[in-house]
Amino acid sequence: MHLPVPTEHYLSLSALLFCIGVAGVVTRRNPILMLMGVEIMLNAANLGFIALGRHFGEVAGQMCAIFVMAIAAGEVAIGLAIIVALFRARETIDVDEVNQLRL
Amino acid sequence: MNDAFGHIPSAGLVWAIPGLPLLGFLAIMFGGGRAVSVLGPRAGRRLVGGLATALVAASFVLSVLILGDLVVLDPERRRMVASLLPIGGVTPWIDVGAIHVHYQALIDPLSVVMCLVVTGVGALIHLYATGYMGDDRDYPRFFAYFNLFIAAMLVLVLGESILVMFVGWEGVGLCSYLLISFWYEDADNARAGNKAFIVNRVGDVGFALGIMTILAVFGTLSFHTATGSGFLDMAARKATAHGALTTGTATLIAILLFAGACGKSAQFPLHIWLPDAMAGPTPVSALIHAATMVTAGVVMVTRMSVIFVQAPVVMTVVAVLGLFTALFAATIALTQTDIKKVLAYSTVSQLGFMFLGCGAGAFAAGVFHVTTHAFFKALLFLGAGSVIHGLSGEQDMRRMGGLSRHMRITFATMVAGWAAISGFPALSGFWSKDAILGFGAGVPRIGFILYAVGTITAVLTGLYMTRLMSETFWGGSRLSPGSHPHESPPSMLIPLVVLAILSVCGGWIGTPWANAFERFLETSLPAPQLFTAHEGVPVPLGLAIGALVGVGAMTAGALLYRRDPGAAASERKPGALYAGARNLWYVDACANAVFVRGGGRAAIILWQWVDQGIVDRLVNALAFLTGLTSEIARGFQSGYVRVYVTTMLGGALALLLWSLMTAGVR
Repeated sequence: MHLPVPTEHYLSLSALLFCIGVAGVVTRRNPILMLMGVEIMLNAANLGFIALGRHFGEVAGQMCAIFVMAIAAGEVAIGLAIIVALFRARETIDVDEVNQLRL
Repeated sequence: MNDAFGHIPSAGLVWAIPGLPLLGFLAIMFGGGRAVSVLGPRAGRRLVGGLATALVAASFVLSVLILGDLVVLDPERRRMVASLLPIGGVTPWIDVGAIHVHYQALIDPLSVVMCLVVTGVGALIHLYATGYMGDDRDYPRFFAYFNLFIAAMLVLVLGESILVMFVGWEGVGLCSYLLISFWYEDADNARAGNKAFIVNRVGDVGFALGIMTILAVFGTLSFHTATGSGFLDMAARKATAHGALTTGTATLIAILLFAGACGKSAQFPLHIWLPDAMAGPTPVSALIHAATMVTAGVVMVTRMSVIFVQAPVVMTVVAVLGLFTALFAATIALTQTDIKKVLAYSTVSQLGFMFLGCGAGAFAAGVFHVTTHAFFKALLFLGAGSVIHGLSGEQDMRRMGGLSRHMRITFATMVAGWAAISGFPALSGFWSKDAILGFGAGVPRIGFILYAVGTITAVLTGLYMTRLMSETFWGGSRLSPGSHPHESPPSMLIPLVVLAILSVCGGWIGTPWANAFERFLETSLPAPQLFTAHEGVPVPLGLAIGALVGVGAMTAGALLYRRDPGAAASERKPGALYAGARNLWYVDACANAVFVRGGGRAAIILWQWVDQGIVDRLVNALAFLTGLTSEIARGFQSGYVRVYVTTMLGGALALLLWSLMTAGVR
């Protein structure tokens, strides 16, 4: 007998992933790791979208997930570019030391 | 359309009467200094002075042309308007709502007579000034202001509406200020200019309120229009824009306008600026503060006479205040030692006579005295200027005396002025003063008092003028050692001679038997059915008394002051009266204590308590609060990413919590 995984499980996993992502962003001082935290948060959201899309039989959930993936790709590209530029300018990428916009 | 206006061929030239002096002002203001530096001081100054004089003389010629055109018209057609601009015809200046004011001149006997006086005497004084100011560093600036003054004065007398008149009124006030403080490096001169300007503002408030009242009552600011819709036309029909003109309305307008006249024409208690105005160069005193500008109040009252005669209370106020000022100033003139101060108080006194005439309803007599006074007072001031010039700046009569030997022409012309102002029979002052006193006596109830006090004032006039002549020209010399009195150059003597001839003969146009002056002026005055003034004394008796007073006062003065040459007799035994008059009856001291020092104290209270205590504290409290708020707010802006993220997280959680809770409620 093939029982479907209940939607509550997906949403619980999604919330857990989101909290892991937030914890990563808040605690890390390395922007690369902070970006990874953001990615985890985005994927937690994607999981929520897809689970709820399946639950209601709506294709819109999957569409949103694809949009988020595209935007996440762009965000990472820009974020990594900023980190490279930051390192060239300051010789460090520690976000606690980079607390001013001006040089 | 019932066209009440006449037409004259020279109306197209009216714009040039004030236009030429204005052109002179612009040319000299912007090119005079360059002319002097390019042509050298001698030729440059001759060019500047010559240009200024020639332009005013040209205005005089134009005024004569217009007079010639006007006298051939029927008396009731001697009134018309003409554009004040050379091109463009009737051009609106203000065209807003109910206010329609055009760049237009009113040509009628009153404005033409005043144009003749202003440009005629003005041209002579310009000529005189080319000599008197010959060595002054700021020669071009002087003539620029002088020409501007003439232009403003002509706008004042020519203006077709009361607002255009007000423009000229303020224009002459500005020139008066500029010329009183002409030698501005001396702080006293600058203060005298300020005093004149500020005291005049007090009167001008009344004038401005009067203009607004006229607009509210009549709905127009024009004096006369061809269709009879000007406010003076309406007032002559006892009408307003909203019904009949009541005595109360007429009284309100008249008293407000008279306040303005008091300021400009130096009537008590606003006379205090005029004697101080003598700080300016003597030609300025002669032109502005004796012959022309200070008579503007009389001209304005005469222009508004249709309204004044419908306010009997104001007429009485004008007559009584005028007479009081005349007597009051004459007593002060008896005690002053500065030759120009004597003449200044004499001017205040004579202006009082003019207002007595206006208040008695004899507006023609008032304007006649304006005209004769312009001749003899300009002459006396210019003569005094010649003396001051000859003594290199000495103005104190205690250090003069015996000058008739050194300055024969100045002395001879001064004698003409002295006789004319004292009322020597057949000279100009005799006729005009007699007409004023005669009509003053005709005022109901108070006529006798007006006549008696007026005659006493006429005696005082003879006395103080004889004192001036005696101390300056007769007796032994009391000159400061090392002073070499000399006669003035021809450019100063020619105006003196011309004015002396006018002072002697100028009154013959207005004798009681053949009063050409009054008949000409009739068109500008209230119609006989509206108001008629009466002579209170039979003409021959009045003339006899006038002659007796004139000759008697001159003789008495000569005896009184000749016996005691040098310091005046009264100076030896100063009584309370003498001390009072010597100290200007304490009016200046009172004004100083109340308005200057009192105002200063009030300003200090406002500054230290209101401004520093309340306003500044409010502003400072606001600044402190702003600082406090930003001190708190800047704590959030740490620059640490984790702080921002945590804040965002907290905010998002709070929003989530809030939406869950409200969802639960719903």
